[in-house]
Amino acid sequence: MENMITLTIDGVSVEVPAGTTVLEAARKAGIHIPTLCYLKDINEIGACRMCVVDTGARALQASCVLPATNGMVVKTNTPKIRQYRKTLLELVLSAHDKKCLSCVRSTNCELQRLCRELGVEDGDAFKGVQNEYAIDDVSPSIVRDNNKCILCRRCVAVCSKVQGIGVIGPVMRGFKTAIESPWGLKLNDMACINCGQCITACPVGALHEKDDTAKVWAALADPDKHVVVQPAPAVRAALGEEFGLPMGTSVTGKMASALKRLGFDKVFDTDFGADLTIMEEANELVERIANGGVLPMITSCSPGWIKFCETYYPDFIPNLSSCKSPHEMTGAMVKTYYAEKMGIDPAKIVVVSVMPCTAKKFEAARPELGHNGLADVDVVITTRELARMIREAGINFNALPDGDFDSLMGESTGAAVIFGATGGVMEAALRTAYETLTKTTLEKVDFHAVRGVQGIKEATVRIGDTDVNVAVCSSTGMAAKLLDSVRSGEKNYAFIEVMACPGGCVNGGGQPIVDADTRAVVDVRVERAKALYGEDLEKPLRKSHENAEIKAIYRDFLDKPGSHLAHELLHTHYEKRPLYKD
Amino acid sequence: MSEMDQKYAELRQIIEAHKDWPGALMPVLQAAQELFGCVPEDVQKIIAEGLGVTLSEVYGVATFYAQFSLRPKGKYIISVCLGTACYVKGSQSVLDKLSEELKCSVGSTTDDGLFTLQATRCLGACGLAPVMTINQDVYGRMTPDQVPGILAKYRE
Repeated sequence: MENMITLTIDGVSVEVPAGTTVLEAARKAGIHIPTLCYLKDINEIGACRMCVVDTGARALQASCVLPATNGMVVKTNTPKIRQYRKTLLELVLSAHDKKCLSCVRSTNCELQRLCRELGVEDGDAFKGVQNEYAIDDVSPSIVRDNNKCILCRRCVAVCSKVQGIGVIGPVMRGFKTAIESPWGLKLNDMACINCGQCITACPVGALHEKDDTAKVWAALADPDKHVVVQPAPAVRAALGEEFGLPMGTSVTGKMASALKRLGFDKVFDTDFGADLTIMEEANELVERIANGGVLPMITSCSPGWIKFCETYYPDFIPNLSSCKSPHEMTGAMVKTYYAEKMGIDPAKIVVVSVMPCTAKKFEAARPELGHNGLADVDVVITTRELARMIREAGINFNALPDGDFDSLMGESTGAAVIFGATGGVMEAALRTAYETLTKTTLEKVDFHAVRGVQGIKEATVRIGDTDVNVAVCSSTGMAAKLLDSVRSGEKNYAFIEVMACPGGCVNGGGQPIVDADTRAVVDVRVERAKALYGEDLEKPLRKSHENAEIKAIYRDFLDKPGSHLAHELLHTHYEKRPLYKD
Repeated sequence: MSEMDQKYAELRQIIEAHKDWPGALMPVLQAAQELFGCVPEDVQKIIAEGLGVTLSEVYGVATFYAQFSLRPKGKYIISVCLGTACYVKGSQSVLDKLSEELKCSVGSTTDDGLFTLQATRCLGACGLAPVMTINQDVYGRMTPDQVPGILAKYRE
């Protein structure tokens, strides 16, 4: 039995386990305390003082770091507290650029919302010197604008504590304090993995994705270009949030319709690429096991994870699957198989990927991911950027009918759609590897042991008469932990799935931004994953190798998984990267 | 072994000795500052790697505390008190004169590496205002016209 304590907040009595903070206790009592630097489980440092409460102590206390005690009497809403919070916001505004009209986070900004809710009347209440910062937009994925930064440190916490990377941090002190990379270096000069978790942690517009929508608009307007689009599995699980639909709503059909309305010449599906990835990856795993290849084999779909491995754990490069990621595979097939079939010059094709991910922008620019001097994928936009395009085009998303993907590379199985959730690639690979190895039908396709949002999951799967040890992890912080245990010999696996973002792609750095208040009560990873597992259940086919278009591409073009042509077009290699640029 | 290599070896020993302490970064940075006279980029990288912390953290701490310097300081550190008493007694004009004579701005080091000029808060010798110190030497009741003569002594 947990040690329970009782306290009174604004006259409401509430019972909570000892160790609970006053902020959490208030939430349990149905009392909302405004926060700004707080991000549940990630940044609980009492820095911004927005959440102050009156406990009768000499000074107001930050409730996010104040442990509740038995018999405590707390007030959260007094004239003094309201004035305190308002002044605090005015002080934050005195060092903020306040260019809300053109800010990418306008209407989705925690600072803006607090100012409105707490009745800040004068944005210029305190006038003084303002620091002016150059915008860091050298990274292909992430833009940092310190003129909007409020020094909450949420990005710093997620980068160092969750991802185990720490390429940004507070430098200097007092008025000169800024969140920066050391020695004034650009983010791109650091060993940043481009995951974009800092963006989704940012309460304001100080961090955002590199916007590539202009490139897409230009391609769509060019009559000489044949523009092919493909959305990733996780996009359909979150895009609806941008249009006010509840979290976890699957919008696959509306998304396909929206892409057609935007004017793309072909709307293919990265889910097809995911099925293709499974064909190649399961084959690679089976071959590695049969031929004494390097094990554990580790998945290669997540570009944040790949760059993390290349930079921080280069000794595991031989363990990485040589498979390109699903959208790169689709891109490669569009510019060869599809181009050939349709008689289109591949140089005139523009492949646009819609991804839940900012690291995909970096990945698409890798010189090795192409063929005959043409990149597999030309432009990557995030879920947020697609939503922006849909709004800009004046499309009423919620009123769209459900559309379909175009054939040739539009069909997919349930195995592909779950790629977007942590454990999904593992489960999909197991479904196919099982049938390849045993030549029998897998009746129970659900591998529950690899589902869920725990950082590290382990399972032993019986395939024929062998037990195969597998592990699944998400967040690079967890990957480091897992790889350390493999390196030390403590753990022994045949196959590992790693996703750079906690919970997998559904919670990727390019997904719709969920504010801290919501994140405190809803597990974004769980809700969005539900949409994907729901789609998996409803799919008539749930194993990648049963996909008719996959069968056709091997019959008509690739021959068989791991064939010479497959290796040329669907596989890649990796390189060790330095921790610091010279 | 060159003098520099010796210093690096010593730094590695210091890191090794502090490695498992909680909060090891501060004492290691202090020792490095003492050893090298500053904590430049390569030294910070060695510390980060050795202690298993990020360079961001090392750099963050090094730039937070005034006791750490990122660039080498001069042989002589000139500190001019800008505390209330000294300021009222005209220490700003002393500082300006120094800056002019040394051809170096406040907070930086002369090109020959001889002097670092800095402004400080109250030194606690208000009775001697305006006060300036050069390393351990204290100069009270300073006037701008004394500056060239004093500097000459250290240039010899």
